[in-house]
Amino acid sequence: MSYKIAIASGKGGTGKTTVSVNLFKGFNELRGKKVQLVDCDVEEPNDALFFCDAEVVDVQEVSQMVPVIDSEKCTFCRKCVEYCEFNAIVVLPPVPFAEINPSLCHSCGACSVACEDGAITEHPKPIGTLNFYKTDENNGLVEGKLKIGSTMQTMLIRELKKAIPGINDIIIYDAPPGTSCPVVETIHDVNYLILVAEPTLFGLHDLKLMVALVRELGLEFGVVINKVGLGDNAIYDYLDKERIEVLGKIPFDKEYASLYAVGEITGIIPDAIHQSYTEILDVLNQKITHHEGNNRIKW
Amino acid sequence: MKEITVLSGKGGTGKTSITAALASIAGKAVFCDNDVDAADLHLIFQPDIQEVFPFSSGTKASINSMECTNCGICMDHCRFDAIDYNNEGTLVIDPYQCEGCRLCERVCPEEAISAVENTNNQWFVSTSRFGDFVHAEMGPGEENSGKLVSQIRKKAMEIAKNTQSDYIINDGPPGIGCATISSISGSNAVLVIIEPTISGFNDAQRLVELIRLFNIPTYAVINKYDINLTMTKNIEEYLIFENIDLLAKIPFDVEMVKSMTLGKTIIEYNPTSIISGQIQEIWNKIKVSQDVVLQ
Repeated sequence: MSYKIAIASGKGGTGKTTVSVNLFKGFNELRGKKVQLVDCDVEEPNDALFFCDAEVVDVQEVSQMVPVIDSEKCTFCRKCVEYCEFNAIVVLPPVPFAEINPSLCHSCGACSVACEDGAITEHPKPIGTLNFYKTDENNGLVEGKLKIGSTMQTMLIRELKKAIPGINDIIIYDAPPGTSCPVVETIHDVNYLILVAEPTLFGLHDLKLMVALVRELGLEFGVVINKVGLGDNAIYDYLDKERIEVLGKIPFDKEYASLYAVGEITGIIPDAIHQSYTEILDVLNQKITHHEGNNRIKW
Repeated sequence: MKEITVLSGKGGTGKTSITAALASIAGKAVFCDNDVDAADLHLIFQPDIQEVFPFSSGTKASINSMECTNCGICMDHCRFDAIDYNNEGTLVIDPYQCEGCRLCERVCPEEAISAVENTNNQWFVSTSRFGDFVHAEMGPGEENSGKLVSQIRKKAMEIAKNTQSDYIINDGPPGIGCATISSISGSNAVLVIIEPTISGFNDAQRLVELIRLFNIPTYAVINKYDINLTMTKNIEEYLIFENIDLLAKIPFDVEMVKSMTLGKTIIEYNPTSIISGQIQEIWNKIKVSQDVVLQ
């Protein structure tokens, strides 16, 4: 069984992608095991930007099934309207008129079940693509990329997670920002969750929202504090009080931020930042070894 | 009355800091925090809540195990992988996967499934030192943030009409999904805050492509422009090509972070700073060009 790690944060721009990519590269070097990076921020996937030599090996289109009503067969009974919980269907018997609004449709299939006249058929509507990259001999990156204008980000994440290629020792999910359904879809089944937080007023507030979610989901988690040196000390007091595991503290470095800006985050890492990643990787490795040990005992 | 929405694609580019700064000088305006997932604007506004409303994000299915025969018909129909057998061989619903379509409830021959309303979200109408403020708080892991955004924007519009306000300013969510689409739709103008990083630029381009579908006037601000001057130059060229007005290039300044830490806008913290002057300039330019549109 793969060991699954998700990298999340309530607030955007705290450093999820930077941490995800650095951990992925760190695992590659440290363990010689098969690692897969999965970019679940399907609205704005960016992991691939940090692999200048990554090669696209496959692209798969993902579609949602959108129903269409054949008004020749429709008896305008309105049962589909009654079944649709998303107000996506309009049927006006006097006109007579029957239509489905694809932008409100969740593709649940309820209308197809409702229709007794065989008037509803479902047709694929593209919602995005899954892009598979090869980053080196053994390891790879796969990203979901939402089609612009689509609102089906959660469905795309679900399909992305089903499509992860090969048998992997470690899978890293780079989560979208926020605390709602796309985040839950990404993190709900992981072995360990890393929350990337920054020591600012907004950073602390959004971290608290994430901690509430993660505790409700019952996930094991720890925090990486990024941009240490900016903001104030409130976040440290909070983490201490809540007895939350701190995996590492990454100092803020304007020069490094400038390198990040052009996609170079793994080449020239300042010593202090490199040290932080080494520590984080050590902690994660212990957790993975422990997990593998447990699996062996079960076996 | 004009409704202006602040967006960015990428998170953490400075939407909320800049929206708050604009609030300091916007005059007669209503403010609305559309980032309902991780709302932060209230930390600066420190609002006095006047009214609280519950928001139902839909329903979740629940199986009554006393009546369920574990036949699996519901599981076969569920397209969200939300129903499965647990270790004891009993069918259970994963509430985080359930989208509330209620199909399982309708196909269950035993009538063992019912829908439970989610009311784990609320939204507020508040007053603040900047003016009326509509904001929300989503329960952890809730869905339908797009619907909640539409709801609070409707209220902000109603308040703006009643108070004869000149502007509504929306602090938008990151991304380009359902919440962002709800946030753009019907706005008079969008202000895109771009960070000069490869991901900030990439995300802004996807956002601009989305805004184009709505054909709404778009302005841009490059925030923390001195983090990487080459990237800033690339973005400037892109904006010219796309015919988007670049209203300001704001430098990276720890004063901005400091002001936020104290719960103040940059204008309140240091009204004579360079950034404060730039915020004023951004607002003047938006006002002038929106007035032209009006005529």
